Amino acid sequence: MASESAVRKSLFAVGIELDGEGYHPRAWRRAGHEPTLLLSPRRLRAQVAAAENAGFTFATFDDSIAPAGEIAGRIDAIGRASFVAATTSTIGLVPVVATTYGEPFHISTQLATLDYASRGRAGWLAADDPDTARTWGAAPRVTEDDIRHERGDAIEVARRLWDSWEDDAVVRDYAAGKFLNRDRLHHIDFIGETFSVKGPSIVPRPPQGQVVVFGYGTEQSGIDVALVSGAQPSDAVAAVQRARESGAARVLVDLTVALDTPTETAAERLADLGSDVTTNRPVPLHFSGSAADLVVLLTELSAHADGVRLHPVVLDEDLPVLARYVLPALLRAGIAHRPVPGSTLRANLGLSRPANRYAKELTR
Amino acid sequence: MTEVPFPDARVHFGVFFQGVNHSTVWSDPSSGSQIDFETFRRVATTAERGLFDAFFLGEGLRLREQDGQLLDTDIAGRPDAIAQLVALAGLTDRIGLVATQNTTYNEPADLARRLSGLDLLSEGRAGWNVVTTDNAWTGENFRRGGFLDHAHRYERATEFLTTAREIWDSWSDRAIAPSRRSSSWLTPGAVRTIERDTDHFQVAITPTLPRSPQGHPVIFQAGVSSQGRDFAAAHAEVIFSPFGTNFEPAREFADDIRTRLVAAGRPADDIRILPGTQIVLAERESEVEEKKRWVLEQQITGATALSLVGQVWGRDLSHLDPDGPLPAEDPEQSVISGTRGAQRDGQDRVAIAGQWRELAESRGLSLRQVAIETTARFGFAGTPGQVADELTRWVRHGASDGFNITPYLVPTGLDDIVDWLIPELQERGSYPTEYTGTTLREHLRLRPPLTRR
Repeated sequence: MASESAVRKSLFAVGIELDGEGYHPRAWRRAGHEPTLLLSPRRLRAQVAAAENAGFTFATFDDSIAPAGEIAGRIDAIGRASFVAATTSTIGLVPVVATTYGEPFHISTQLATLDYASRGRAGWLAADDPDTARTWGAAPRVTEDDIRHERGDAIEVARRLWDSWEDDAVVRDYAAGKFLNRDRLHHIDFIGETFSVKGPSIVPRPPQGQVVVFGYGTEQSGIDVALVSGAQPSDAVAAVQRARESGAARVLVDLTVALDTPTETAAERLADLGSDVTTNRPVPLHFSGSAADLVVLLTELSAHADGVRLHPVVLDEDLPVLARYVLPALLRAGIAHRPVPGSTLRANLGLSRPANRYAKELTR
Repeated sequence: MTEVPFPDARVHFGVFFQGVNHSTVWSDPSSGSQIDFETFRRVATTAERGLFDAFFLGEGLRLREQDGQLLDTDIAGRPDAIAQLVALAGLTDRIGLVATQNTTYNEPADLARRLSGLDLLSEGRAGWNVVTTDNAWTGENFRRGGFLDHAHRYERATEFLTTAREIWDSWSDRAIAPSRRSSSWLTPGAVRTIERDTDHFQVAITPTLPRSPQGHPVIFQAGVSSQGRDFAAAHAEVIFSPFGTNFEPAREFADDIRTRLVAAGRPADDIRILPGTQIVLAERESEVEEKKRWVLEQQITGATALSLVGQVWGRDLSHLDPDGPLPAEDPEQSVISGTRGAQRDGQDRVAIAGQWRELAESRGLSLRQVAIETTARFGFAGTPGQVADELTRWVRHGASDGFNITPYLVPTGLDDIVDWLIPELQERGSYPTEYTGTTLREHLRLRPPLTRR
């Protein structure tokens, strides 16, 4: 578990988004393999291993239950993260799971399971997916208010369920014939507007105590890590500040990266991909250029933010450059830190293991 | 029995990592964590070493309760089935991975997609044990909350499964562009949107995944009621039956299923029947009875016996001596609903108590011995050779196609089965010496999915 010495303010997290073939809608045209291999287990395992070996703090896996964009094939994000959980040892695994329409009980237990399988490296990017009401067969959530409310409730339920078993709930008291101490298990009795959940969880408290919850924007409550961005680096820095003021424990900057490769410049690659990378896509801060210039930008951002999440425009082209030039430079400069085996995602983000909300405040 | 009806039959094995119930002994020093991933890895890889067809996980939706309190005598606390099986898919190559999943508290688009993910990431090794729930108590953890009566839950299950199969059939075989130079990633028109507008489902689903090498996840089912058997005959490819101890009831059940299959227009061998069972092995014949008794007493401890009898009597009996007699007074006249998620829900208390008292008096049994006699569906006990003979007899005489084994200890409980029993079965020609296929469907020698023949 996270020891206090591992919790340092200066930690700068470097994350990578690994969905599909990359951030650019037509990244598949420049991928290192034919399109049919995108959904193969071998390719997924190799890609996450490459990110782990490069020293990334965590990987995120974007998702939606319905097809979005040009690449219509996608395995659910919890599945992708779970598949590599037991064959990796340091990289944090952060699936996107939408809170709109899904069952909070299932989401909570799936993420707790990922935390066990990865030995404390699970995160959750709690996102909205309001346009999928027909897929779920649910009444559509339309207003910003309803969507935000549902997200807040789902996060609250997941958190209560993770705490619903205290760490010492399994007692194996042979003399008394008791496997559990029922005083250490708790109904959560959540009653919200669109659902209620009784609890307790079916999964004991996850290794990290609480799975690390990521969220978008500067004003989200109930999260550990806020992901913010801006059209210019100065805008992103201002957003970091706003997110800190609203209480986020850690704030990371989202940006896309297109890098010069040994054979082509980033500008040439983007020209070949065609159309503007910004079209209808959610991350407004873009970097395009050499590995050295990216290191300069990330070094600047490290003075303000607790980390970054990089969205390579083409994973098969940009990830090797990140692994070979960018991460090593950040590690050498002492800006980023390679996670060590056995450390939790929480520890690698400088977050401590939270106390259990249900544990009674008395000495046992 | 002079003629052997299925002389070439082989034994199929699955392992059921139970995760809840008193059949898993937790008090023994070799009993491992019930939640650490290492325990699951160890069981799954041992089963794969033993050429098992499948590793099987149950589903947890609510912790069991008795008399309004959480049940604390048995193991509890287990992972989400699909997420855990996907993690195991990353560490195994051949063994099938079967998830129990409810049709009452899931939605087709989400569940079918997660099962497809398991099927693709395991390259064709996924199975789905389709279950239904009708109690509002479990529903308290879920959005729909709700109660579905017995008929409606099968109606929903049937529609759910039909929708799931449409989802799995929605991508044409060449939907994904063959080349990076193709004009689009997805061939236009190659994915069908599924629309349903019924009492149970009002959906429009555009699936995100193609089929795996085995076509669809293999469909498992476990109901034994008449309705459950018809559901199985219409939809299932494997049945988990509870008839894993005595030959005759097992064969009657298997005959009934074969009859129903033919009536449903399917070949009589279109389903594999795998009774749930446990296997206790002793090196010498003289040790068998002692080992069997040891297992039973570990499973039904004094505290567990008091809890089990308390479920029937409808009150807390933990103050009684488990090695003394049954309670002196009869239970109140009512049906059992004290233990949420228990086997005897809905049965008459006084009737059961009367039967138990008769048993205790006629054989001079203590409370705990009654609990052992009435609760344990034992399975098989013997030397490896004896058990191998018996299991071979079962499959060759049509009582089952194999067994779904619940080890009484995890993670070590499969070791002697793999090391002692399987070589004996192989010697008798009733167990394979290698995996001949790569998918679960191939291991089970099943035909293509029902919608793709």
